[in-house]
Amino acid sequence: MADVGLKRVAKRFGDVEAVRDLSLDIRAGEFVVLLGPTGAGKTTTLRLVAGLERPDSGTISIDGRDATREPPAARDVAFVFQQYSLYPHLSVFDNLAFPLRAPSRRLPEAETNKRVREIAELLRIGGKLDNRATRLSGGEMQRVAIGRALVRRPAIYLMDEPLSSLDAKLRADLRLELKRIQLDLGATVLYVTHDQIEAMTMASRIGVIREGRLMQVGSPREIYESPNDLYVATRLGSPQINLIPADMVPGAGPRGAKTIGVRTEHLKITKPNGGLVGMVHRVEHLGDQNHVHIEYRGQALVTLADPHRPLAPGEEVGLALVEPLFFDAEGRRVRGLGGVTASHAD
Amino acid sequence: MAEIRVEDLRKVFHDFVAVQGSTFAIENGTFFVMLGPSGCGKTTTLRMIAGLELPTSGRILLDGEEVTFRRAAERDIAFVFQLFALYPHMNVADNIGFPLKCEGVARSEIRRQVVEAARLLRIEHLLKRKVSNLSGGDRQRVALGRAIVRRPKAFLMDEPLGALDAELRRDMSEELRDLHDRIGATTVYVTHDQLEAMSMADRIVVMNHGVVEQIGAPQEIYDLPATMFVADFVGSPPMNFIRFEGRLKPNDISVRLGGANVAIPASREGSSSEALVLGVRPEHVSFSDAAPMRGRVFGAEYLGTTQIVTVDTERGQIKARLPSLNQVRSGETVGLKFKSEALIVFDGATGRAMRSALHEGVRHG
Repeated sequence: MADVGLKRVAKRFGDVEAVRDLSLDIRAGEFVVLLGPTGAGKTTTLRLVAGLERPDSGTISIDGRDATREPPAARDVAFVFQQYSLYPHLSVFDNLAFPLRAPSRRLPEAETNKRVREIAELLRIGGKLDNRATRLSGGEMQRVAIGRALVRRPAIYLMDEPLSSLDAKLRADLRLELKRIQLDLGATVLYVTHDQIEAMTMASRIGVIREGRLMQVGSPREIYESPNDLYVATRLGSPQINLIPADMVPGAGPRGAKTIGVRTEHLKITKPNGGLVGMVHRVEHLGDQNHVHIEYRGQALVTLADPHRPLAPGEEVGLALVEPLFFDAEGRRVRGLGGVTASHAD
Repeated sequence: MAEIRVEDLRKVFHDFVAVQGSTFAIENGTFFVMLGPSGCGKTTTLRMIAGLELPTSGRILLDGEEVTFRRAAERDIAFVFQLFALYPHMNVADNIGFPLKCEGVARSEIRRQVVEAARLLRIEHLLKRKVSNLSGGDRQRVALGRAIVRRPKAFLMDEPLGALDAELRRDMSEELRDLHDRIGATTVYVTHDQLEAMSMADRIVVMNHGVVEQIGAPQEIYDLPATMFVADFVGSPPMNFIRFEGRLKPNDISVRLGGANVAIPASREGSSSEALVLGVRPEHVSFSDAAPMRGRVFGAEYLGTTQIVTVDTERGQIKARLPSLNQVRSGETVGLKFKSEALIVFDGATGRAMRSALHEGVRHG
């Protein structure tokens, strides 16, 4: 496992600037997730590291050496694609062993055998090694595809939404397993996804990417609790952070604040006693909690409430903003204390 | 406006029983969701209500009138499919008005109805646009407009949001529910997404292998699942199941779990077998050094407000939803405490929830 670095990397396809001035250092043993919507440049970044694309400018280093001009085979990376492609005529064992039997990096058969069995155990497909690859469920096939990358010990694993083709339950299981395997192996991973849950639950650090630009890099907690930008604030959190124009909340925020961001758990319902007053629009029962939709001066806000707390549509409630975030007209975070607590949360 | 009743409805395809004797009533104006995994019979049931599929036996009543074998066109129901086919050469207004045009409605009346439908959907500004230039969400709205414009007695929707990406899906599901509140027509909505069902429904029917597992308000289904299937299917992460040997008698207020007593809501029936299962929702698990049930932290998943901590125990993995403020380390040993007043005991042989004092509480919805 090795450090991997991108320095001021740019890549353009015709008129589209896919990646702009992107710098990112991935330390050995780190699980870095690039989070962004379709077209943000995440996959291009991954392909640049793999050597499947060549940057227009900037450098890519792997394990301290400049790899910018190296062909993919020389880079010592393992790629997992979104859609698994297994050799249908081979057994699970032979599919997993395939990368280790490639002429360029052939291992002794005993070593191959040992690694395949280890990885199969980690992925809990140890009992399926003799099966034909096509006689597996979708989830098992994707495990084999991931396993085929994991049998190698490359400088870095590059993963392009490897879980997105799986159903929700399996995705949740594999998320946890993949993270555990990465920790066990001490593997360095660069993983791209548009799924904020995957990013938050697996990453050592998240890089939020938008229109080819890296907006912020930090631990999930840093990104969630202290976004430095309005876009980043809206990327994490479900339901999305509430955004309120600053002039709608009297006396709120430091100078230059145009928008107030309040996470759903920081919008507290109080008794309607002279401060901010909103009206309950709808209560969604999600089981473990309720999402309460509230209208405040024409703004739709969402807050969380205990599922057994009685709240009815049309009811007036007081609102208190706890730990609000402030953003300027350009969406940049404005720091400073702003007491917008209209009344004490109950 | 319509009340829909389904009585002992059954559908057999060759040797496959798709729906095995469903009975339920959907009150007028309800947003009713049929929830279950693929192949559970929910879409077949919906198609029988629509008249797109004829039942093998049983009855379907629309406002008290039997329509079981009536053709789809004679049922005054609008069906919204997952993939919307719009006419690409027509503009939005013509697409929405098309069903009325087919029925020979006067042009001025079509115009009036189209504007009204567009107003309900908040797409009045798009009426003159070509559909080929619209975003995914707007195309969906236009397709809905085409269903609304006929003012049917009921809307039947088969995973209408299935093809959209997660974020748009969430927005559209809120919009659909708002639309329902404005129009007030009975809606029957099929989905395999439990979160969508929970957030949109007035009432949910959970189906599995062609059988109705439970019907109830979302909170009731979540708090008081009738079967282990429901408990597992609804909720994310799902309810934890802890299998143990024991016998439950009426009025028992605790169970013996690995040498320790765990308090439960007073039991109202006795178990028929020794195989029991304790059901605990992840948010009802907490860590306590004093708790007799021990485990080792397998991993923690940060979710912002909360985190899901997975703990390996000798009775299998248990997931806890905890505030994200608690720092949890993988490998550390913890004691697991359960919120007694929310526990469910299942009969491990039948998968059925045992009746308890919880079932005597206030019913929601």
